[in-house]
Amino acid sequence: MTWTATDSDILLLSLKVAFWSVAGSLPLALAVAWVLARMQFRGKVLFDAIVHLPLVLPPVVIGFALLILFGRNGVIGGALEQWFGLVFAFKWTGAALASAIMGFPLMVRAIRLSLEAIDPRLESAARTLGANPLRVFTTITLPLAFPGLVTGALLSFARSLGEFGATITFVSNIPGETQTLPLAIYNFTQVPGADAEAAKLCIVAVLLSIAALAASEWMNRRARQRTHGHA
Amino acid sequence: MLEVSIRQQLGRFKLDVAFQSNARVIALFGRSGSGKSSVLNAIAGITRPDEGRIGLNGEVFHDTAMRIFARPEARHIGYVFQDGLLFPHLSVERNLFYGAKATQNGIAPDRVINLLGLSSLLTRKPASLSGGEKQRVAIGRALLSTPRLLLLDEPLAALDAPRKAEILQYIELLRDEFRIPIVLVSHAMEEVARLADTLVLMDEGRVVASGSVESLMGRLDLHPFTGRHEAGAIIETVVGAHDEAADITTLKFAGGQLYAPGVASLPGERVRVRIRARDVALALTEPHDISMLNILPGTITALREDAGATMDVQIQLGAGEGDAKLIARITRHSASRLALRPGMRIFALVKAISLDRRSVGYA
Repeated sequence: MTWTATDSDILLLSLKVAFWSVAGSLPLALAVAWVLARMQFRGKVLFDAIVHLPLVLPPVVIGFALLILFGRNGVIGGALEQWFGLVFAFKWTGAALASAIMGFPLMVRAIRLSLEAIDPRLESAARTLGANPLRVFTTITLPLAFPGLVTGALLSFARSLGEFGATITFVSNIPGETQTLPLAIYNFTQVPGADAEAAKLCIVAVLLSIAALAASEWMNRRARQRTHGHA
Repeated sequence: MLEVSIRQQLGRFKLDVAFQSNARVIALFGRSGSGKSSVLNAIAGITRPDEGRIGLNGEVFHDTAMRIFARPEARHIGYVFQDGLLFPHLSVERNLFYGAKATQNGIAPDRVINLLGLSSLLTRKPASLSGGEKQRVAIGRALLSTPRLLLLDEPLAALDAPRKAEILQYIELLRDEFRIPIVLVSHAMEEVARLADTLVLMDEGRVVASGSVESLMGRLDLHPFTGRHEAGAIIETVVGAHDEAADITTLKFAGGQLYAPGVASLPGERVRVRIRARDVALALTEPHDISMLNILPGTITALREDAGATMDVQIQLGAGEGDAKLIARITRHSASRLALRPGMRIFALVKAISLDRRSVGYA
């Protein structure tokens, strides 16, 4: 049993997909979390439910919806390709999009909790000291919500490494393009006599997940120390 | 001149408040839930009243009729919150300078840091500070933003007695050194009596009465709002002779003089004395062989019966030359025994030791 170049490609692709799914969805997740934490409006319950939908829907439904909307003939996919040359269908970018959507509720939830834990009067205090809303957000809100951002990003990252159903439905299982770790494992389980290969990748998946959770815990602890510890 | 005239529906609570004053310290006094902090929030621009007008020295911050609303960051109003509300992720130094202006005409940072004794705290994080230290940093932070008005929301409520006395001194310093007008929210009459010039009495979102502290505290009808136990008059005095051996100071006012022990003020200084109604006794004739040092002649101007066994008697001190009033709380039994009635000449007796440091403050 050896580590091959193909294995490396699978691992790197998985990391690339996970990274871009987190990087791409973080700003939007922050905005949505802020709206849910700070604003009161009609239909907030419905909005909240829609944000949480990927958590409860069968992933295959999300994948199918993405196929319809973001396929090359889809309403959004067609427009994106025409205007920006951006293609999701059967590309690694599509895998990142599917992962981003599946991990979105986890990310929003973590950020929202950290925003709700901030005393809004701290922001008011900053305003009375002459800071405009943008400065308040960047110097008070964002730093105080930082632990939640880290937790959200790492949860979503870990979720992305495990994403299977929506990805395979939307972008299929193309080696070197969309075949991430879980998809490769699935492939090996379908081939007679490749159990060892599957097991090898499973161990990699377990190690990656543990590393992501450990990193989340470590960064959280550091952030807490920075905020509440002694100088 | 601070002008406030606002109406605001806050859930089921209705705020309807109007007052104006050019006092150095305006105190908003009332029990918790009377709307004091809501008034501060409206002045600071943190909340937006439904209707009304807020202005300072001719500048309009908010006027619903003229459709003017200045954002809080444009008002230059320093707000010291009850619990300090320091930014937990920033050091004391970065907290202090968060709102500091680079301009030269601002308040000098070194002066603030020295006066408030903050130099040894600069590198600390707020979580490691004591309550009094937090409050001092919060005051310093507000001062360094060079405010035109300072709002203090129960700055002493979260502190123990020694820290209270300490912060009280710092607030007196603010009032006298920096000459920034202050709006103080409090539910402790002791603080109000010591610091404020104008008193705004609030109850259930409305202003019950407003005016000078002396005039309101001398009134009998406001005791339900100033607090029964705390009731008492305030007299503005000037420090006279000081008897070194006995450590007793004479405090003069139009209508008489008071003797108080341990007053650390110099002759000629203006000092405000609060005399609690429960510390005043009455006599029909001038007693001589008695330990009480303060025997003040005066005339009864009003009587007010309470629900219980006590009643309050308002006395105009002296021969009518000043307007210093005293309130005495005595039993109804004593009042009927002495047959007290308005217009009667009377002697008010006050133990000198009841005029301790807590009831004597710089005016």
